Amino acid sequence: MPSVFLNGKRVNTSEKTLFSAFPKKENTIAILNGFQISEDIELNNDDSIYIIQKGILPPRDELEAMMSARHTPAVHKILKKSKVAVAGLGGLGSNIAISLARIGVGKLFLVDFDIVEPSNLNRQSYYIKHLGMFKTEALKEQLNDINPFIEVKTKNIKISEENAVNLFKDYEIVCEALDNPASKAMLVNTLLINLPKTKIISASGMAGFESSNTIKTEKKMKNLYLCGDYTTPAEPGSGLMAPRVMVCAGHQANMILRLLLGIEKP
Amino acid sequence: MKLNGKQFPLPEAVTISDFLKSQNYPDDKVAVELNGEIISRTKFKNITLKDSDEVEIVCFVGGG
Repeated sequence: MPSVFLNGKRVNTSEKTLFSAFPKKENTIAILNGFQISEDIELNNDDSIYIIQKGILPPRDELEAMMSARHTPAVHKILKKSKVAVAGLGGLGSNIAISLARIGVGKLFLVDFDIVEPSNLNRQSYYIKHLGMFKTEALKEQLNDINPFIEVKTKNIKISEENAVNLFKDYEIVCEALDNPASKAMLVNTLLINLPKTKIISASGMAGFESSNTIKTEKKMKNLYLCGDYTTPAEPGSGLMAPRVMVCAGHQANMILRLLLGIEKP
Repeated sequence: MKLNGKQFPLPEAVTISDFLKSQNYPDDKVAVELNGEIISRTKFKNITLKDSDEVEIVCFVGGG
């Protein structure tokens, strides 16, 4: 008699297969151990099963369990306990923060001094309704709509050589997502020199519409990972655009995920 | 010396500061690691590179 978890709660069943125990209906989705199931399958002890009714907002306590249905259970547990700081909330930082919220990173710290402007909308994750708002607030609002079960801390401040260590000293993973090359170098140098335990996931070169395949992730130094094509600056004639910026943001977010799971290889 | 993982002939003793200049790296946009240790920009003028050194230079371009 298998004893399984249904929507996060332990239940016993005398049935041997998924759909005999929990009959398939037209408006339901069945997820077994993080994977959506359409053909019937044998049940084993301690299987994690989610039956989700389409179009119905479940109560808050069940919502979190259902959202985590698509996470690999062991992975989700680690991510929920993790924390990451994102420095700069432009095209890279806003998209990275959204990825990290979706995968359930438990604590995010978002730092930017700027407000949302019309020229940001070509690549940054903000909406017309956010124009004039601090990026920290506009992003926090979106993250809360995506995953209200994580903790989001924000700070409106321009990052400098003087404040960087104090801002990020409690974080072992810091994502550099600034725009200006001198600011990027300042933040990376300041943290590498002063916070020897901190790993930095930085970016350089993601403007224009060159091939996506030239954007890569490399471990450049002991605590420095670098994403991008390393060569294409944002300049007249080669502006920043959503697709390539998001490819680079995806590289950074995936390297952060890997580091959180203890994988140091890019 | 070894520069960014590849052998790089070093014709004469040169400071990090002068080496960056000779390779057209703007010194306010780089991070320099010398033999596994990150070097502060304020020390670029005082450190001379040797044949046995392993140097990693990351030069940032704008955009984010």
